Amino acid sequence: MIFLNDGGVTFSHWGHFMGTNPVIRTLEIGLVAGFLIHIVQGILLMKKNRDSRPVRYQVVAPAPNSTWYSRSMGLLGTLLLLFLILHTAHFWIPNRANQFATGEELNLYQMMLDIFADPLIVAVYILGCISLAWHLLHGFWSAFQTLGLNHQRYNAIIHFIGTAFAIVVPLLFALMPIAMYFNWVN
Amino acid sequence: MKLTLKIWRQKNNNSKGEFKTYVHDHVSPDMSFLEMLDVLNEGLVKKGEEPVHFDHDCREGICGMCSLYINGRPHGPLQTTTCQLHMRSFKDGETITIEPWRAAAFPVVKDLVVDRSAFDRIQQAGGYVSVNTGGVPDGNAIPIAKKIADEAMDAAACIGCGACVAACKNASAMLFVSAKVSQYALLPQGQPESKERVEKMVAQMDEEGFGACTNTKACEAECPKSIKITNIARMNREYYSSMFTNYEVTVSGGGD
Ligand code: HEM
Ligand code: SF4
Ligand code: FES
Repeated sequence: MIFLNDGGVTFSHWGHFMGTNPVIRTLEIGLVAGFLIHIVQGILLMKKNRDSRPVRYQVVAPAPNSTWYSRSMGLLGTLLLLFLILHTAHFWIPNRANQFATGEELNLYQMMLDIFADPLIVAVYILGCISLAWHLLHGFWSAFQTLGLNHQRYNAIIHFIGTAFAIVVPLLFALMPIAMYFNWVN
Repeated sequence: MKLTLKIWRQKNNNSKGEFKTYVHDHVSPDMSFLEMLDVLNEGLVKKGEEPVHFDHDCREGICGMCSLYINGRPHGPLQTTTCQLHMRSFKDGETITIEPWRAAAFPVVKDLVVDRSAFDRIQQAGGYVSVNTGGVPDGNAIPIAKKIADEAMDAAACIGCGACVAACKNASAMLFVSAKVSQYALLPQGQPESKERVEKMVAQMDEEGFGACTNTKACEAECPKSIKITNIARMNREYYSSMFTNYEVTVSGGGD
């Protein structure tokens, strides 16, 4: 919606909807809980899997048998966590705090324009989106495999949707700070 | 060929091991990897030194006894068993690092020999058909689609070598266990006990301290018998449906 370049009218309208609609606010609780559960489970999983090989190998050459990003989900997830902390500190926390205190929402559109003027922050956001892309590139089909939802007839489409999702969503996310930084929208 | 070998030496399970370096200059490219080690050991015995202990049995790629983590990969650079790996896969003058399988569930017995009885206990927990099947039925009395029979046979090809565990960054045994579950889950003879089987075998697998699968597919790429990760998805499917629909299972995790 920011790409409409209408000075943030549409964005603010939908932003207000997302920030006040009770259905969305309930979903938000689910989202935050989901993230927390995922992070805790991810860390427990990494701990268990490390403990399963107490003595490490001297030489490892895993490149021919697996992709680097499938082996680096913990690292990519940690980068995502750092990004998420920064991102919520920028927008979500100030806005919710303000809503709580005064009942008013902040002008998020103006905040985006201000924050995304800093090239360093834009770079961090882009890196966050890149991490998200790799994390999802492995995570999407992996979730289906883990749930046993795997069938020769559907595997190709699962992989296709996963790959498309892993490219399109992070790319659109990354375009927002980029567009604002280069003043494509204002 | 002349090779430098860095080999893990460890007296027993209680002692701390270390790498020892050996220069081996009687290597023919036609030797198998195990024959190369045999020649090394002959030299060591003549010198009055303790030979390097390693597992092996059939030496024709069917028993699953040979192991060895060679230059960072289980069974070395090819997707074969170590007994089927030949020295022509290496370069003259190369340094080769040889380590045992590393996993909490596979403790080192001596040098390169590890205890893989965790696999036996998983099998004993449910990897069999215990119902009395009576006499031999007539041929074709039980219809099974060719594709399904092939899938079951492919799963049954697992030789229990443990390369999947050795290759996995999480030391997970999912490929092995899923092959053993699948060979029955696909066939009518396995149905009566299928729910109980998957629950017991998975419980025993966790009990042994193997890691959890994160679908990196390293196992599939290294398995000498080309066991596919579709078996892992099948086992997950079996496991969830069993969890929600099974009548009664008391899982003791004790292999009985
Ligand atoms: C915030 C910090 C995060 C951490 C620490 C984290 C960590 C992990 C870890 C350790 C795994 C384990 C799976 C593996 O190793 O293959 C995983 C899987 C996954 N993650 Fe994350 N992650 C984070 C954020 C996210 C986000 C933001 C998303 C999506 C929007 C996401 C989506 C997924 C998916 C779909 C899977 C696959 C689940 C499966 O294999 O069953 N993660 N994550
Ligand atoms: S699944 Fe493959 S690698 Fe694992 S034990 Fe069986 S034969 Fe060996
Ligand atoms: S010794 Fe039997 S498979 Fe290698």
